[in-house]
Amino acid sequence: MTPIITPELVRQHGLSEEEFERIKALLGREPNFTELGVFSVMWSEHCSYKNTRRELRKFPTTGSRVLVKAGEENAGVIDIGDGWAVAFKMESHNHPSAVEPFQGAATGVGGIIRDIFTMGARPVFLMNSLRFGPIHGDNDAARKNRKLVRGVVAGIAHYGNCIGVPTIGGEISFDDSYNGNPLVNVLCLGVLKKAEIARGAASGVGNAVFYVGSETGRDGLAGAAFASRDLTEESKADRPAVQVGDPFRGKLLLEACLELLQSGAVAGIQDMGAAGLTCSTCETASRGGTGVQIDLALVPKRETGMSPYEILLSESQERMLIIVRSGEEERVKEVFEKWDLPYAKVGIVTEDGFMRVLNDGSAEVEIPAKQLADDAPVYEREVAIPAAPETIAVSDLAFHDPKDSLIKLLAHPTVASKNWVFRQYDHTVRAGAVVPPGSDAAVFYVREADKFLAATTDCNHLYCRLDPREGAKIAVAEAARNLTCSGAIPLAVTDNLNFGNPYRPENFWQLREAVEGLAEACRRFETPVTGGNVSLYNESPQGTIDPTPTVGMIGLIEDERWTTRQYFQIQGDVIFLIGGVGDEIGGSLYLKTIYGKKAGLPPRLNFDRELAVQKFLRGLIRKGVVKSAHDCSEGGLAVALAECCMSGAEKIGAQIRLSGMSGSSSLANQRLDVSLFNESQSRIVVSVPSQESELVHQDAAQAGIELIRLGSVGGSELTIESSDGTLSWPLDQLHEAWYSSIALALSQQDL
Amino acid sequence: MVSAVKLEVVVMPKRNVLDPQGVAVRNAVRELGLSNVGTVRVGKIIEIEFTGEPDEAKLDEICRDLLSNQVIEDYRILGAVLK
Amino acid sequence: MKIAVVRFPGSNCDQDCLRALTDGLGVKAEYVWHKETSIAGFDAVILPGGFSYGDYLRCGAIAAFSPVMQSVIKAANSGMPVFGICNGFQILCETGLLRGALIRNRSLLFLCQPVCLKLENNRTPFTRLSDEGAIFRMPIAHGEGAYYADEQTLEELEEGGQVVFRYVNEDGQPTSEANPNGSRNNIAGICNPAGNVLGLMPHPDRSWDHRLGSEDGLQLFKSLVETLLSVAA
Repeated sequence: MTPIITPELVRQHGLSEEEFERIKALLGREPNFTELGVFSVMWSEHCSYKNTRRELRKFPTTGSRVLVKAGEENAGVIDIGDGWAVAFKMESHNHPSAVEPFQGAATGVGGIIRDIFTMGARPVFLMNSLRFGPIHGDNDAARKNRKLVRGVVAGIAHYGNCIGVPTIGGEISFDDSYNGNPLVNVLCLGVLKKAEIARGAASGVGNAVFYVGSETGRDGLAGAAFASRDLTEESKADRPAVQVGDPFRGKLLLEACLELLQSGAVAGIQDMGAAGLTCSTCETASRGGTGVQIDLALVPKRETGMSPYEILLSESQERMLIIVRSGEEERVKEVFEKWDLPYAKVGIVTEDGFMRVLNDGSAEVEIPAKQLADDAPVYEREVAIPAAPETIAVSDLAFHDPKDSLIKLLAHPTVASKNWVFRQYDHTVRAGAVVPPGSDAAVFYVREADKFLAATTDCNHLYCRLDPREGAKIAVAEAARNLTCSGAIPLAVTDNLNFGNPYRPENFWQLREAVEGLAEACRRFETPVTGGNVSLYNESPQGTIDPTPTVGMIGLIEDERWTTRQYFQIQGDVIFLIGGVGDEIGGSLYLKTIYGKKAGLPPRLNFDRELAVQKFLRGLIRKGVVKSAHDCSEGGLAVALAECCMSGAEKIGAQIRLSGMSGSSSLANQRLDVSLFNESQSRIVVSVPSQESELVHQDAAQAGIELIRLGSVGGSELTIESSDGTLSWPLDQLHEAWYSSIALALSQQDL
Repeated sequence: MVSAVKLEVVVMPKRNVLDPQGVAVRNAVRELGLSNVGTVRVGKIIEIEFTGEPDEAKLDEICRDLLSNQVIEDYRILGAVLK
Repeated sequence: MKIAVVRFPGSNCDQDCLRALTDGLGVKAEYVWHKETSIAGFDAVILPGGFSYGDYLRCGAIAAFSPVMQSVIKAANSGMPVFGICNGFQILCETGLLRGALIRNRSLLFLCQPVCLKLENNRTPFTRLSDEGAIFRMPIAHGEGAYYADEQTLEELEEGGQVVFRYVNEDGQPTSEANPNGSRNNIAGICNPAGNVLGLMPHPDRSWDHRLGSEDGLQLFKSLVETLLSVAA
């Protein structure tokens, strides 16, 4: 029995009255129940970007290397030279992971991998950007967060390790605002020949439409609509909606699809992600300017008695839709039988522009595909500027012993070593991880193309909370800086916008500010946005998350010898700080960790200065004089120095003199904690052989870059001398605080 | 004298939830010559021994929260075996 | 001379193994699909790592029944060098070509990290170019890599010189801390009594190129190639 369409039912499908009117006008009649379901997923925020589309248009999307632009296909593609290209994209699986962390994260990985091989690219690495609530402490929230972390990490490992795509890095931050609403943003990059980009268009009227991959079950029904709602207590009751990932089938599907694509039989290919069969049929038709007709009787099913509504909205994993050139259908049979995967010809490409779904011989769904896919309403949401954050005067902050502060900062899980996490990810498969997880950027050698790529994900949520525009700019700047530190030139960006309910004007203001900040920064760094994802409604009963516009950036290291690591290498090397000591304490991790304040004006980004600093560092790296380079971010200079000492395989100390430095006139009047822990931007710690230090000075003077000689590498302590005396930390003590913090929290039994 | 009680908790993937392991095993069974194999599902059995009768409500809670994942699994407790 | 790299559904180190041989050593190597019933024309077989059949049921259990494995078992029994790496080692144990089993890591977590190995038997086709006592650096990447065998089997393996590689610390000592997964007797790799079948959990296929931080793994492939060439000569 199909339900009768009532205003209540329409509302339950997340469609407004105006939207329902629009549907009726578009169809020239009332939709039936199945069609209502189809519209509800296609016009959800997740699929249609109806609330954000206007904002997203502000991103720069073109550039000399861009081969496939943002929004054109499943993922953007950029040229890396010599006939090779990379497809890459970041996507979120926040809501599914909140409800079932293991499967939520696993299917997130599976989904982004499919997006990449849909482009004809072989996936070569994964990264992820994760956000959780605090994991330390003996309280319910911390226990829940620990379970979420364990589940998400295990889920990422489960899928990524099994399918054989290395997870080579990323970032993890912890903050109260993510209590109960973790962020799981996964990035995948694949490599392909420039001439072999696959398209997701249903081209060629009369071509066969094939369904390949796992059978359809009642998995994740209406997941796209699910991802577009607030997380409430009731969403726990939605649990059966969570899909189960099968990385084994995913691997077979990956190999089979790449093999079929190589054969030339494929006219179009599209993965079945959010909204499964619905999305893939109408989007391929819309892109091809054609129609697609499928027959539900022909769809491989895992369960009996599934209704058309259920089949069309199912989000069963590991499925693809393939448009096959006429005369080439036998190739599909050969390849998919070889890989032991289900396949079925389920329909044909038509010329009438309709998405038509047959059930028992009659049309169950008949909707103009282009309007369904592309004509979702677009809204201009209301904005309201929230109250300005509390300002901070250093003089109001009681002085806290920096010796203790550094230990506390290193033990803060946002800063602390992520070894407990990264060692669960296979990062060595595909034999390409040149710089493994734990450096500013991961560096991967793509053997197929003989290219060295660097990749990073970045976003400081504290800055974005206090000033979303500046925070977003800094996210881009920091990503570019991390790539520069690794020896790369930044090429392009994928972004994942994680925000709250867009119907709250303050939330939408944050989103708009952040998008404009990202857009401006991407223009300045000449790194076009090639795609990404928007995740709204990131709220839990405790409130909205801090705005988190995560930036994933890809860079190219043009010469293997330029590959640079973040940690000190050789005793006796001279340590320089590029970019000055700084003084901005607002929005810092120091304020949050020591004083419990998420407050103040976050650091300002000066584009010209940032660009000059990065250019200067790239120049030094190319001259072969830089032994290590690490930027100052959370925790400022002191944390950066400690990380330089400890993040390599072998610990190595440093002797630093902050007093009597040249080029630091303001320092005399500045409190030591401010000098050590401020987060002013555009600052990089480098080490160089002592005989090269003159050259570094000369180049800096020539480029007009502020350069401070901090001291030298060596010993078994980190020592910082200043006019206030000498601070000294045995490396073992720093290491213990930094290395074990996360592992200790997560190894405890939580029952 | 307290008698010992042995229980078996059977944890199985929920009916409507995909069981990738079951699918892989089914295909292997078929390959090895049992062509009439239908559905295969793989779960686990957890044996628990008690001295004396366990608190049923507590046991049920533990089965629900710890031994199974209610998102994707069902459980049942097989009758007490007196030793 | 031609070396087979078997591809099972779910193998994911097949490409790495092939490249180690072709790019690393310039020798001829080809994939052999698991549905093949013959390995005629090949002089040695590599069973690569990965998650054959998703590691469902037990790691390597379903792959052990693949059509190709029947001919690999026959070839192994008649002396052909067979090298199982990671999942390949698990498959060799499931087929019975090697004794024991690989069970879940002591920590219950998947572990991807570099380890040190000590070579204890250089009389196999895969180790003849190195000295006993030599230390190799390679990564492990497994969730079920703890070697297990009962006391009697362990004793026989030890006495028969079938323990080829052991997890050790930087000083070459097989300490508990140097044992990443809880393997009995710190065993990382064993061979059959004849020495022509080797199973190893760590990955030589990920340590054959200077870019990867270690080239130690190449030594095993080099030994194999040299063995095959000397047999041919």
